[in-house]
Amino acid sequence: MSAGRNPVARFAVTLLAGALFGFGLALSTMIQPEVVLQFLRWQDFGLTLVMGGAVVVTALAYKLIPRLLKEPFLGGHFHQHQSQWNRQTAVGSALFGVGWGLCGVCPGPAIAALGVGNWSLTYALVGIALGALVQGWLAKE
Amino acid sequence: MTSIDTLFPLGWQHYLAGGLLIGAGVALLFVLTGRVGGMSTVFSSSWSWLVRRPFFQQPRFTESRSWRLVYALGLVLGAALWWQLVAGGQPQTTGVATWQLFVGGLLVGFGARLANGCTSGHGICGLGSLQWPSLWAVLTFMGTAFLTANLVARWLS
Repeated sequence: MSAGRNPVARFAVTLLAGALFGFGLALSTMIQPEVVLQFLRWQDFGLTLVMGGAVVVTALAYKLIPRLLKEPFLGGHFHQHQSQWNRQTAVGSALFGVGWGLCGVCPGPAIAALGVGNWSLTYALVGIALGALVQGWLAKE
Repeated sequence: MTSIDTLFPLGWQHYLAGGLLIGAGVALLFVLTGRVGGMSTVFSSSWSWLVRRPFFQQPRFTESRSWRLVYALGLVLGAALWWQLVAGGQPQTTGVATWQLFVGGLLVGFGARLANGCTSGHGICGLGSLQWPSLWAVLTFMGTAFLTANLVARWLS
């Protein structure tokens, strides 16, 4: 794992956090492309609750925790999601949306689907991995 | 209650519960390790083990590739737990065509990495840290996804 104290605890926590994420994705049926496509066709608005619920909890943690704690419990520092609005973000997001609208699978569910034996989604997983490879290959830096 | 049924024909509780659990995972990771847990970066950082090109050897990938892979492994385990405990191990499958999954996946991978975030990176972590650029990113991919999904439904059915 990364440099820092408590490597075993950091490993366990990262695994547990991923497991909560994966259980949540499966419970909310976001690992079923049909359900995502139903949302994108305005037939079922469940995805708004999934995303809304996740954003509220995340926002509370990101806002409050750095005020209450000097550093994370297991050491290190609080990172920040750095987003920029530029041509790359705009073009990338637009392409991401076209792909998502075509297959109904985004990166998290593509990985989580391995855990429920939905092997068809492996096509999406491989596609995502190759797409990321091409993006990095063509990137200037 | 009719309006609720129209918006959520399959019920709404499991959506909200799942979303709260996803948020709990992201929050737990942050509180204990300080890490921001978007999902698409693992698809770039994992290539750094195999591809020597400078892009993939950036510290932001090489320094995070181990924990990102562990996080992804957790994702698989969590979903497997749901499958066994809740779904009773019932076979899961999809009716979405193979070419749609693969071509869609290519665009998802390329686009998410170019945009530096996906539904979890911009959607959950970006919006969760109240970053305006992430809101524009989310509105952009929602827009093109709505358009694509509706056009595909019209043309292919």
